[in-house]
Amino acid sequence: MTQVQAIDVQHLTKKFDQKLVVDDVSFTVKQGEVFGLLGPNGAGKTTILRMMTTLLKATQGSVQIFGHDTVKEGRVARSLFGLTGQYASVDEDISARENLMIFSRLNGLSRTAAKARTTELLETFSLVESADKSLKNFSGGMRRRLDLAVSLITRPALIFLDEPTTGLDPRTRTQMWATIRDLVAQGSTIVLTTQYLDEADQLADRVAVIDHGKLVKIGTPTELKQQVGGTTLQFTVAQPAEVNPAIKLLADRLHAAVQHSGQRVSARLTAATQLAPVLTALQQAQISVSHLTVQEPSLDDVFMDLTVGKN
Amino acid sequence: MDIQTHRGNVVMNTATMAYRNLLKTVHNPDRFMDVLVQPILFMVMFGYLFGGAIAGGVQAYLPTIVPGILIQTMLSAASGSGSQIREDLDSGVFDRFKSLPMAHIAPLAGQLFADSLRLLIATITSLATGYVMGWRPAAGFGWVVISGLLAIFTGWALSWIFALLGLLAKNATTVQSFSMITMLVLSFVSNAFIPIKSLAKPMQVVANLNPVTHVITAIRQMLATGSWTSEAVLVLVFGTGIVLIFAPLTVWAYNRNN
Repeated sequence: MTQVQAIDVQHLTKKFDQKLVVDDVSFTVKQGEVFGLLGPNGAGKTTILRMMTTLLKATQGSVQIFGHDTVKEGRVARSLFGLTGQYASVDEDISARENLMIFSRLNGLSRTAAKARTTELLETFSLVESADKSLKNFSGGMRRRLDLAVSLITRPALIFLDEPTTGLDPRTRTQMWATIRDLVAQGSTIVLTTQYLDEADQLADRVAVIDHGKLVKIGTPTELKQQVGGTTLQFTVAQPAEVNPAIKLLADRLHAAVQHSGQRVSARLTAATQLAPVLTALQQAQISVSHLTVQEPSLDDVFMDLTVGKN
Repeated sequence: MDIQTHRGNVVMNTATMAYRNLLKTVHNPDRFMDVLVQPILFMVMFGYLFGGAIAGGVQAYLPTIVPGILIQTMLSAASGSGSQIREDLDSGVFDRFKSLPMAHIAPLAGQLFADSLRLLIATITSLATGYVMGWRPAAGFGWVVISGLLAIFTGWALSWIFALLGLLAKNATTVQSFSMITMLVLSFVSNAFIPIKSLAKPMQVVANLNPVTHVITAIRQMLATGSWTSEAVLVLVFGTGIVLIFAPLTVWAYNRNN
């Protein structure tokens, strides 16, 4: 039996006046996965997200949420997901508890159920102490937590997070990541947009790289990184005269292209087991090296590689 | 989904949204400032400034100016709904409302019902200020209440127009400046403060066409004669017409999604 896709996006296109903002994007999101939309500012991530969440009409193409078309069955589709927007979309003028109560009621919970769920969420998101204070005194992190709590009122199976950690300090960001991982552990499907590569790396099972409205690449973070190439070995030789022998040695041992700039030499490793013999050989050749690094490619490399020169 | 939800109906969603807007106002009492200060300020200022010139004395001017200020205040209170809706839209919280499985008219209707409280406060302030200045309408308290309700109904109907404007405008400042101009033109080129006969002929035509003139005439007649007049019926029909036309238009504008 084939399981229905959490999201099925087909040929999604959006034009604002004449400007093509999203250009024929298609992808599917499986149930239970964390899907990252990664791209620089203005790449079209949020526009795609807004079309998926029925906030924006597509110029062309379609989106299905658990098999329900977002245009033809908008109301059904809307009942299946929770959305946390880029800017905290909670009411500034009222308290956290009031926000949760109102959104619970709007989600169709009875008064008693709304009260119970509000208490529960305030506890889960450590907002009990500030529950009745004005949001004006909330920190960015508290606001985001409340925002996320509101999207989780109905325990939706699918959660959209638009740049969930933009503008948060590192500590709060880590807390937010932990919260998102908890949701994943409970079986939620999550779609998040981010411009932070390490965020996509940390959280996402699969990543779609969006640039200039186009889907440039899709895959697991590992796949994307492998595409850029393996691990890089880098070191600096002590004497300028040692540069050429070092290059020759690396080329012989690794059978790979060797780059150098000044006394800094680097080459790709195809396996970690290559490292020790190379180091031994360098020592035997009496080439003294410093600032030695062995680096996994980061999503940054992928990102630069895929979007290079365009922005 | 293990949370029991039932399909929220329009009435319940609207009630919840109205409650939300009331809460917002209760947490920010300064939102009431305009509807409190404006009628008092204008009533006192205009009463003592123009009373002598227009009616030969403040007391004689009050039956003219009290309904005039009342409706002017309704206009400006109604226009406040428009900029409020625009601000909400810009804050991102409407994105969330839109992404919820609820009736799309609820956020708008909720706002406008909650704003009736502003209209009520504006009405009471206007009438009470008149009373303090010595205004004693011939028809008695019952008719004062009825005219107050008619004024509130008018303001509420007008707020749908301003809501549409709020949805279509680019930002809250545009709404505010447009509302300000509308309010000034409609209230001054009418019989609110002066007898229309004193105007130049072309202005008289405009002032007689101005719906504000008809509302004010209706209220003056009710307060003077203590009876339900054809003007009052006209206002009710006209107001209902506005709501019937503008409520769907407003929902359409809300659903446009660009």
